[in-house]
Amino acid sequence: MVAPAKPSYRLIIALVLAVIMMVLDQRTPWAAPVRHALGYLTAPIHYLAHLPVDSGEWLSEQTQSRGTLLDENRRLQRQALILEQKVQRLAVLEAENVRLRELLNSSADLDANVLVAEIIGVDPDPNRQEIVINKGAGDNVSRGQAVLDSQGLIGQVVDAGPLSSRVLLITDASHAMSVQVNRNGVRAVLAGVGQSSGLKLLYVPDTADIQEGDLLVSTGLGQLYPRGYPVASVTSVNHQAGTPFAHIAARPTAQLDRASHVLLVQPTQTPVRAPTPAEADNDQ
Amino acid sequence: MISDRPAGTGVIIVTLLLAALLEVVPLPASIDWVRPEWMLLVLVYWVLSLPHRIGVLWGFFVGLYHDVLVGTTLGQWGLATALGAFVMLAAYKRMRVFTALQQCAVVFLLVGTVSLLAFLVQESVGRTLYPPYTILYSSVTSALLWRPVCAALRWVQLRFLVR
Repeated sequence: MVAPAKPSYRLIIALVLAVIMMVLDQRTPWAAPVRHALGYLTAPIHYLAHLPVDSGEWLSEQTQSRGTLLDENRRLQRQALILEQKVQRLAVLEAENVRLRELLNSSADLDANVLVAEIIGVDPDPNRQEIVINKGAGDNVSRGQAVLDSQGLIGQVVDAGPLSSRVLLITDASHAMSVQVNRNGVRAVLAGVGQSSGLKLLYVPDTADIQEGDLLVSTGLGQLYPRGYPVASVTSVNHQAGTPFAHIAARPTAQLDRASHVLLVQPTQTPVRAPTPAEADNDQ
Repeated sequence: MISDRPAGTGVIIVTLLLAALLEVVPLPASIDWVRPEWMLLVLVYWVLSLPHRIGVLWGFFVGLYHDVLVGTTLGQWGLATALGAFVMLAAYKRMRVFTALQQCAVVFLLVGTVSLLAFLVQESVGRTLYPPYTILYSSVTSALLWRPVCAALRWVQLRFLVR
């Protein structure tokens, strides 16, 4: 049997360790190795929890009739044709855009590398909006990467584990990002409210030209999200007398609560460096 | 005595991992509110039945695992669960003679206290949205599920000779 005093010593050790870890985790990157190592043990649990969904999908794939598959094939071929036609125009527009940007002396937008991942878990805590995806540091996922679905931005990678990663959704109450109205370029801060279909624009003056139905796209300011992806559409604009700012609600364009596959964008753009005085003189 | 040698650590770990699976298994958003603290329940059972083996440090590491599993601040559940294990270690003799109802009441208080501690840490890093009384829901379901969990784990303990 253990002496009666021993558990309290152990408790003190555990409490001190826990507090040190909390501080390290919040203030420094040094707790990352612990999280990474434990990630090898937690990822299988997420994969296992997702197994019923996976096997259900596999089963329905196996049992689909030939007719359904043929129908789907035809539909996808038509869709591919339409998309290819759009891409033809895109190549011309992109080249033109690069030329115009060169004329304006601004840097060109480069294509981004894309990685497809599957959502294998959703955060059980109603206080937080996070998902777990089945790609980790082993697949070159890194912290801060932007995550999209076919309709728009979903969020960013906040923790790249060895086999899986956690993605903070744009609807999380602690998340905010810079967006602009696609129609006229008005910029604003888009923040989550903690529900999967709710977003709000912060600190928008009453006189700003934002209307219901406006598409909000990412600006790329903050250098975290790539520029020009759709993020949300404005659902309601409320001007209230007596409040300094307009109350503007928006809905994410991405299907946050329905998507099963997401795209991870790896920007190839290197950060823009400010010119040194010598370079600035040469330009003139 | 040879029969007193500890055995079945693997079984304990497997039950804890099964509890971890139940913690993250996808459920409708409305049921997420009442999701019991499975890992804590299983840990409490092992502390009560093997107090000489399973104690504060087990609590700490189980909590740390929970932290990485659900993506909270490292040490948030580690701290709370270690304290929970300590309280159970101090009360295991009383718990063994309590009636079922009394045991459920103690589990309710314990899960509530541990969740409140975790909530306080989460609050201090700014990742809470709903008021703290929302942890009562999961405490109530944890207390209601205590007896079934207890029965299941007792069967496991006897079946696999964990001591």
